[in-house]
Amino acid sequence: MIVRKDFAYVFPEKLAVGSVGFASAVRRWIGPLVLIVIAAALPFAISNYHVFELTLVMIYAIAVLGLNILTGYNGQISLGHGGFFAAGAYTAAILLHRYGVPYWATVPPAALICFALGVLFGLPALRFEGPYLALVTLAMAVATPQLLKYFDNWTGGQQGINLPKVQPPPGLGIDRDRWLYLVVLVVLLVAMRVAANLLNGRTGRAFVAIRDHPIAAAAMGINTARYKTLAFGTSTMFTGIAGALSAIVISFVAPESFTLFLSLSFLVGSAVGGIATIGGAIVGGLFIVFVPNFANDISDAAPWAIYGLAMLLFMYVMPRGVVGSLGPWLARLTPKNQLTAPKSDDEHRGRLL
Amino acid sequence: MTVKLMTATGLSAAGLILSVALACAAGQYGPGASDTEIKIGNTVPYSGPASSYGVNGKVDAAYFAMINEQGGINGRKINFISRDDSYSPPKTVELVRQMVEQDQVLLIFHSLGTPPNMAIHGYLNDNKVPQLFIATGADQWNDPKHFPWTMMWLPSYGAEAHIYAHYILKNLPNAKIGVLYQNDDYGKDYLNGLRDGLGDKAGKMIVATQSYETSDPTVDSQIVALQGSGADVLLTAAIPKFAAQAIRKVYDIGWKPVHFLNTVGNSVGTVMKPAGLEKGADIISTAFAKDPTDPQWQSTSEYKDWVAFMNKAGLSANTTDIQTVFAYSAAQTMVAVLKACGDNLTRENVMRQAASLHALQLPMLLPGITLSTGPDDFSPIKQMQLEKFNGTIWKLFGEVMSGT
Amino acid sequence: MPKPWQTTRKFAIPISDIDTLPMHQLLQQIFSGLAAGAIYASLALALVMIYRATDLVNFAQGDMAMFSTYIAWMLVNAGTPFWAAFLVTLMASFLGGMAIERIIIRPVENAPVLAAVVVTIGLLLIFNSLAGWIFTYTLQEFPSPFPDRTLFGALMTTRDLGVIGVTLVMLVLLYAFFRFTTIGLAMRAAAQNPQSALLCGISVGRMLAIGWGLAAAFGATAGIMVAPVLFLDPNMMGGVFLYAFTGALLGGITSPVGAVVGGLIVGVTENLVGTYLIASQLKLTVALILIILVLVFRPNGLFGTPIVQRV
Repeated sequence: MIVRKDFAYVFPEKLAVGSVGFASAVRRWIGPLVLIVIAAALPFAISNYHVFELTLVMIYAIAVLGLNILTGYNGQISLGHGGFFAAGAYTAAILLHRYGVPYWATVPPAALICFALGVLFGLPALRFEGPYLALVTLAMAVATPQLLKYFDNWTGGQQGINLPKVQPPPGLGIDRDRWLYLVVLVVLLVAMRVAANLLNGRTGRAFVAIRDHPIAAAAMGINTARYKTLAFGTSTMFTGIAGALSAIVISFVAPESFTLFLSLSFLVGSAVGGIATIGGAIVGGLFIVFVPNFANDISDAAPWAIYGLAMLLFMYVMPRGVVGSLGPWLARLTPKNQLTAPKSDDEHRGRLL
Repeated sequence: MTVKLMTATGLSAAGLILSVALACAAGQYGPGASDTEIKIGNTVPYSGPASSYGVNGKVDAAYFAMINEQGGINGRKINFISRDDSYSPPKTVELVRQMVEQDQVLLIFHSLGTPPNMAIHGYLNDNKVPQLFIATGADQWNDPKHFPWTMMWLPSYGAEAHIYAHYILKNLPNAKIGVLYQNDDYGKDYLNGLRDGLGDKAGKMIVATQSYETSDPTVDSQIVALQGSGADVLLTAAIPKFAAQAIRKVYDIGWKPVHFLNTVGNSVGTVMKPAGLEKGADIISTAFAKDPTDPQWQSTSEYKDWVAFMNKAGLSANTTDIQTVFAYSAAQTMVAVLKACGDNLTRENVMRQAASLHALQLPMLLPGITLSTGPDDFSPIKQMQLEKFNGTIWKLFGEVMSGT
Repeated sequence: MPKPWQTTRKFAIPISDIDTLPMHQLLQQIFSGLAAGAIYASLALALVMIYRATDLVNFAQGDMAMFSTYIAWMLVNAGTPFWAAFLVTLMASFLGGMAIERIIIRPVENAPVLAAVVVTIGLLLIFNSLAGWIFTYTLQEFPSPFPDRTLFGALMTTRDLGVIGVTLVMLVLLYAFFRFTTIGLAMRAAAQNPQSALLCGISVGRMLAIGWGLAAAFGATAGIMVAPVLFLDPNMMGGVFLYAFTGALLGGITSPVGAVVGGLIVGVTENLVGTYLIASQLKLTVALILIILVLVFRPNGLFGTPIVQRV
């Protein structure tokens, strides 16, 4: 069998063979636990504004994680994830604004709706590959602002919807920004765990098989259509959850927030972090939020030029993304584990785009 | 009381009076203001599809730099912090929070765009930070009752549309009106303003509306459809690129409606000339500021001052862009407000002074047009004048009127 | 009562009633659609060129074309006659395209394709931003080599006809290049199977560079033809790229004829959809849906060849 295993470089492989001993225990439990504790304690050491920024980073990380599942693990390119992000955001916004649903209860409906949308989208997408799939998803990204502006009875049109500010539970003694940070952190950790379980299991292996050798996979009995559609639905579900969280945290949605540039940013974030990784999503989120600000500080007149240059440099130095490139190097520290990553030779040229 | 006690009391009293006096002399300060500087925050799209509006930030920065060179405002230098939000509301929220919480600016000035400003006005009003002289003419910003910290600057688009509506009702009572508008708040405000101004007759008179997106390459199809609807009056609410295309297409298909053009899209240099000067003859528009590409203003001393300022700021390539005149005048308004604050540079006083403008004259506004505000009136510029294009310049006609 | 921004015609006119509408309206819409479609087709040809030469979709193609147009604009403003400026710009774009391939694309040639895609996105941002910085965002006029006259009873202008004409010339050149020239053949080989091509003595690197150079030159031609109609500003090609991409894929990303046909279809469809089918606020969405429906039945485009994958 030529089916390969892929795993996340931050969360350890459950089925790793021969991983016993203290070193792997550190890698498996203690390491991530330390990171989680640091992440949870961080907001209390920094200012409100930075807490807000990091919350945005985590939200984009969840969105990029969705894209990683689809494009990285399943090989279906999407230039339209901004549209699904918008779907999640507006679902949450309409529930909050029109129906007074408490903020935490808006996330599951957003997740379900985006999953359904993804499956609906994934079905016709089965027909397309490479640049044609890119076009179909691009159409989604471009149509989204138009649709949002048109159905303005629901969406508030161009003006957008101002949402009530979320209040932290009384008695906990923390302010709004830090409460939302912790909420989003929990969602991110759960999302990463779910993604890891999914991708390390049978489904994940099927995804990867379809990505690398679709004809062989079909010949082996994998129901390609079902898994590809599932990949789409799962991916958009994650991104939709991120969208709902963004509506809650920013307290505002408008069509201008969900342009084609957002979809392209997700793709760039994916690539910079590592398209077929889980931890890379966090790096992607960091890139999307901090590099434009950094570019702005360097150049007042041409900030996008610096942003574009940063993209180029990241791709030159680490073409598989930060986690995609550093991961194998780090994992060499526990020699028994098998390393896999999508191959980059000519076999795959033209497959993605 | 003993002598010692009396002396002590006397000295402490004197000390108290002295320190209060010193405090008064040194001024009252909100965040971002001190004896030496005033920090102002601003967000503008310097990149992305809306980057043609970025020039507003550049002109503002250059103007404040010029003021600083001349000694500042009451001896204090302006520290103007302008950041790029790419017209994306989440980014605007992030940047404004950074400027208010980290950079500790005194106020936010001349931020551009309705969605970005919508995203931040709740936050700014909750935190009592002045959101002054917003760079958009959408109607909703004049609402001191609900948003006492938010103030407009540009005359509202709806008010301008009212002026066209009244003109049509008076002079073209049987008109069949077609409207070309940009599919966002900017274009829709004109359409709604026109409907509002026409009142009951709106349903009968407006026979067709066509919208376009800024990502559309041309508006030819929309113009053809508008002609096909039988309209004999056309209102074009478009930014320069599409206004120029519309004017040209209307002429090329041989259609001769009474053509109203909105003020943002009526620059001689960036619209009328590219469209073809003869193609724009008899178009009616309104103005409240002097178009720098209009020959009739180019001999005035105010124009010469402005051109000198633009050249010194390295912006000579932008002198055909009317936005630069708006930004220049808005910056002058800000300077006037800050000067009026004197040494009391708290946020409350800034708002108070901004809401107390009385007939403020600015050099690049049309003669007769001044700025005024009051506790219930947060729209500084309400007056405009009608003008008609004669193939070379915009000839003003009628009187200065208020659009409300 | 319809909303203010909806047309006061309550119902969209059903397709079957088109005969009752003035024929003139319909012809007008079709002709302006063809004129717009020719604009999309001209850029689509550059996209096809790049794809056939390098197997890559170049997201920066539109903005590279815009930048070339600005170079032409500078030359014309400095007094150069139009056709001289045109030729100089073509040469400069060709060399520039080759340089970009060598310096910017070469490092990610052997990397995953996604890295190359991200690099083209980065290029897009860089060109857009640089153009805005150097040339400002003020709208500029661009001279047209064709006189400003209307034809066929105001159905079309000579400029629109000029764009269609130049696009057809570009199509013929591109088709002939790939079909009849040795370099074209070598380029196709290098794109399809670099290793075998190397073994045959074809310098794959040079083929890629030439491919980029030619695509840049085609893009420059498209930009120069289009600028008089759309007016020149750094965001001129943004919308055009989207439609050109759609048109190229509709026709088949590997087929030059497909690119032109696709571009024209996109132009006409969009106009007709916006006038007869749905309010103009949704015309882009509906037009895209229709095109995707076509693609569902022909997943490789109207004239495209299927992407063959080995097991």
